[in-house]
Amino acid sequence: MGGIFTVDFTTALLFGAVTAGIPLLLAGLGEQISEKTGVLNIGIEGMMLVGAYLGFVAAYYSGSFWLGYIGGAAGGALVALLMVILCVWLGMNQIVIGIALTLGAEGLTALLHHFQFSRTYPRLGEVPTLSLPLLGDLPVLGRSFFDHNPLVYLSVALVFVLSWVFRKTYIGLNLQAAGDNPAALDATGVSVYITRGGAVLATGVLAGMGGAYLANVGAGLFVPFMTNGAGFIGIVLAMLARGNPLWVLLGAFLFGTSLALTTALQVGGLNIPTDVVQMLPFFMVIVVLIIFARHSYLPPALGQPYVRGER
Amino acid sequence: MPLSAPVDRGSEPAVAVESIVKHFPGVVANDRISLDFNRGEIHVLLGENGAGKSTLIGILAGMQEPDSGTLRVDGRAVRIASPRESLNLGIGTVFQHVLLVRSLTVLENLMLGGPWWRRAERAAALARFREISETLGVEIDPDAELGRLSLGQQQQVEIIRALWHGGRVLILDEPTSMLTPAGVHELGQVMRRLRDQGVAIIFITHKLKEAYEFGDRISVLRLGRVVGEIPKERLAGMSEAEVTDEIIRLMFGPTATATGDAGALAHEGERRRRNAAVDRSVEPLFAVRDVSTAALPGETAVREVTFDVRPGEVFGIAGVDGNGQKALAEVLAGQRPVASGRITLGGEELNRLGVAARRRLGMRYITDERLGEGTVGTHSVATNLLVKEIGLPPFWWRGLTRWAQVREHARDKIATHDIRTPSEQTPIARLSGGNIQKVLLAREASSEARVVIFNKPTYGLDLHNTRLARERILKSAASGIATVVISTELDELTELCDRIGVMSQGRLRGIVDNAEGAEMRLGLLMTGADAA
Amino acid sequence: MTIDAEGELTVGTEPDRRRPAWRDALAATLRVLLPVLLALLAGALIILALGKDPLTYYAYVVRRGLLSPTGLEATVTRMAPLLLIAAGLIVAFRAGIWNLGVDGQFLLAAVVVAALAPELIVFLPRWLTVLLCFAAGALVGAVWSLIPAFLKARHGVNEIITTLMMSFLGISLANVLIKIPFNDPTTTVPQTATLPVEDRLPRLFDTTVHSGVLLALVAVILVHLMMTRTAFGLKLQVVGANPRAALHAGLNITGLTFATFALSAGLTGLGGAVEILGVWGTVRADWNPAYGLLVIPLVFLARFHGVAVIGFVLFFAVLMIGGESAARRLDVPHFFVLVLVALLLVFLALVEYLDHRRRKSRID
Repeated sequence: MGGIFTVDFTTALLFGAVTAGIPLLLAGLGEQISEKTGVLNIGIEGMMLVGAYLGFVAAYYSGSFWLGYIGGAAGGALVALLMVILCVWLGMNQIVIGIALTLGAEGLTALLHHFQFSRTYPRLGEVPTLSLPLLGDLPVLGRSFFDHNPLVYLSVALVFVLSWVFRKTYIGLNLQAAGDNPAALDATGVSVYITRGGAVLATGVLAGMGGAYLANVGAGLFVPFMTNGAGFIGIVLAMLARGNPLWVLLGAFLFGTSLALTTALQVGGLNIPTDVVQMLPFFMVIVVLIIFARHSYLPPALGQPYVRGER
Repeated sequence: MPLSAPVDRGSEPAVAVESIVKHFPGVVANDRISLDFNRGEIHVLLGENGAGKSTLIGILAGMQEPDSGTLRVDGRAVRIASPRESLNLGIGTVFQHVLLVRSLTVLENLMLGGPWWRRAERAAALARFREISETLGVEIDPDAELGRLSLGQQQQVEIIRALWHGGRVLILDEPTSMLTPAGVHELGQVMRRLRDQGVAIIFITHKLKEAYEFGDRISVLRLGRVVGEIPKERLAGMSEAEVTDEIIRLMFGPTATATGDAGALAHEGERRRRNAAVDRSVEPLFAVRDVSTAALPGETAVREVTFDVRPGEVFGIAGVDGNGQKALAEVLAGQRPVASGRITLGGEELNRLGVAARRRLGMRYITDERLGEGTVGTHSVATNLLVKEIGLPPFWWRGLTRWAQVREHARDKIATHDIRTPSEQTPIARLSGGNIQKVLLAREASSEARVVIFNKPTYGLDLHNTRLARERILKSAASGIATVVISTELDELTELCDRIGVMSQGRLRGIVDNAEGAEMRLGLLMTGADAA
Repeated sequence: MTIDAEGELTVGTEPDRRRPAWRDALAATLRVLLPVLLALLAGALIILALGKDPLTYYAYVVRRGLLSPTGLEATVTRMAPLLLIAAGLIVAFRAGIWNLGVDGQFLLAAVVVAALAPELIVFLPRWLTVLLCFAAGALVGAVWSLIPAFLKARHGVNEIITTLMMSFLGISLANVLIKIPFNDPTTTVPQTATLPVEDRLPRLFDTTVHSGVLLALVAVILVHLMMTRTAFGLKLQVVGANPRAALHAGLNITGLTFATFALSAGLTGLGGAVEILGVWGTVRADWNPAYGLLVIPLVFLARFHGVAVIGFVLFFAVLMIGGESAARRLDVPHFFVLVLVALLLVFLALVEYLDHRRRKSRID
């Protein structure tokens, strides 16, 4: 029993929770933006995966983690662009296209990986971290929370920025209107297509960066299908967060904890089989969904394409 | 800052349309329409449903572009390709259905459309809001959540929004359907105030009375064309009867008789149902006692509603939209659970019974949402005629569908009810609104019906189909069916009903006998409890 | 079930007989063939981009998957699980339920059956073992859809997410079961006890094709008949096309929702049972053929029509078997099939969209 309550275990768990939670956080925030405007973005898993792949490639060939994130953002945005054209602009069914994009991304990245890296399986170098002054020196908490790759700090800051944008800017109002009553938004002269398109692209960028982080920082390499449902968990987070980014932060951390349990338990000396622990995040999702089912909120125009002039 | 410059007699019309043509698949919605809309004038566009008024308005509002023709603003030819361009030209449109975001506040709704790269500037918006509110003479809390306001107040917010960008032209599309009589009066005052400030107002309606009451100038539309105009100079000197006659003549030709559709239009609001046929000594067939439903967020619940209906009686439920009528219809039909109270049909309690069980006991409900709820759009007319009887004999045998009989049944109904459709297998969404309503009426008017609830039975229908629907309602009552009619049109209720109750905020406030002066009493009841 | 924005995938019950039949047939054929051709074309471009020759690839796939006797047998055998999953998806999609948890339902059922069969065969005759295992497979699948069914029926929670999560959970659970309670101690590789070949499903005639294929064909046809000819099927379609109208019509939506999930997941589970009893006899750890999501576009392409689905599944099975061979021989990994599936979906949606636009402008 001694293993679990040691400093090492706790630090490993919390540190791992943050590392595992960031991709979920970014995916959840991205999905939240999409859903606010009425787009149910099932393709987010594909956006993360392409982001992971391009992010890895960019970081690998350039040696820079920052370029990796840009690559990831570009990858996610590319997939998002397809979604914008097919679903937002042309009005095709969001669910069918979302499934197609995810499957296509899975297949394509796996194919590319096979031809590029499957023989060598290269890994990235050490992850650059930034230890926050003062805070980074705290016992346990310092190492767990304040000694991470800078994207972590930026992501958390993003939560508060997004909160502010949603409530206090014209963009926030437009986003909400697009999801609540797109015809009303159109009547004020704001293009519903541009609003939703922008939202979906933003989702792609965030999800792509989350995927790049997962590959480069979380694992150090790219493995086909490595997101393993992270994008879908992001959708769950967005559904339960009822439009408030702070809930996404909390949820991401919680699920990140369950994901990080494997390594932490190994550090703590406990030997629970990996597969059992891998079940944990999905199990938690189901439990949370059952408990909070009544409280999930989705905007009225979710999933319905907007066509001007039609009732 | 005044809303627009004072009127100059010799100037160009604020907005003019020349030879506007607009096609939709299978129909010419606008057929070479030419009209002038002048500053400081209320120009009424009068026409029945389907005459092309909404299409023209859609073009002016930037929702669609005409196939051919010219649009002019202050004499200049312009192209209005989007709502943004319409707003930039100073044209503000208030559509029939509230186009506001319910989850935002009043002020936030008005701030929609601001430059997206900036922070929302509340102070400036508040100032403009106060300015326009004062001009209109209305008082609304800018920080109230829009979904909580009454429909009348929401409409006022819509008007403020329409005037936000400068107010050259204000278009009102059938604005009175959501208002109490008092609300209509208020709207009239607001319009006159704006007119006197030089705004060009375009007022669309299908009711003769309104055209006469509000219009400085009346243009009559029928089947996509302008069939005639009563200009300002003439209108000023005509009585209501003279205007009515003129409009009938314009719409139906010089030899229009007083029967049929022309008669219906001419005498709208004048017919009153005679109470004689109902036998008051008989026990009520359908009784509703203190019925309430659970309050769901964003809608009005039913609160302790009590009334009863005798066989052959027509009971009307009046009230502006959004006062719980829909919830009432649903709880009576079985689509919504009863929170407290009792519903009985012929002595049997219905509370625990579902929709199907109530149907078996003789309950019928014709919904107001024909495509959204009443039918399955992608399925055939034949299927829709039987969608409430799936699995029952004689069309189903041991769970298997007998398609031949289903189709034959449909052909039969199509013939007897004059439903215009290419075939019984056409997907029902392809039919016109009037024909879909005929399907609904055919479906529910079966021999075993004992209670029928009609929810807004003539909404959106043209004159002819409106008349047919009302005749059918009277016919069903004549055969002994206890009939309930829910409607927002007082004229319709006085024409059809024996007694009329008023719904306000979920309660049934007072039941009025349909006699002389009923409209006045109803109007008072609607206003007295008015937040609606 | 609506594929397209304005709800115009006419999954109507009967065709409109007013237009000449041949024109309808031509349009329908084009609507189906065009996405396939476009997808194959786009796929060819991708193969080209990877530095291989697409013609060689496709020719090889057809030769190995269709034209060689052993290949054809493998293709037909592969059709069994695909058809059962397709049957399950037809039920779900026509009822408006997005059952995306098919992979988890399939795998869990397969694992349970793989563990159960060797135990039962010891003291029960083969026919009884097979029957009980089929029932067990269907039951496991149905049970695994209970939570999403409940969340949807009671709380209106979107089933896309719940079924997906249950799928991930199910796949992990399956692995745990294989590695711990169901593990066969006699083998070095973690797997369930193997069902001896002679105890598996009987072969048809002289081939290696097992009788499960017949079961699958019958299942698809029965599902089609049920949806188009029975009251139950019609009720499901009404719920799928317009849930509000279903409520208005007095249908028992809660009951129908549960029934849909149970039927859909049950058929998928049966597919898992058939695959194990007919082909593998055991389940290895980390085995996940992921047939489920791949079948989705086929069901859409077939417009949920039972007989058409059989054709498309055949086409796809050829692709899979041929593709697996090609992966070894030509070094085009089977991930390519995933890409092809995605392309199929996109082009199908695109063709539907264009067709819808064309029809709208022609309405009488």
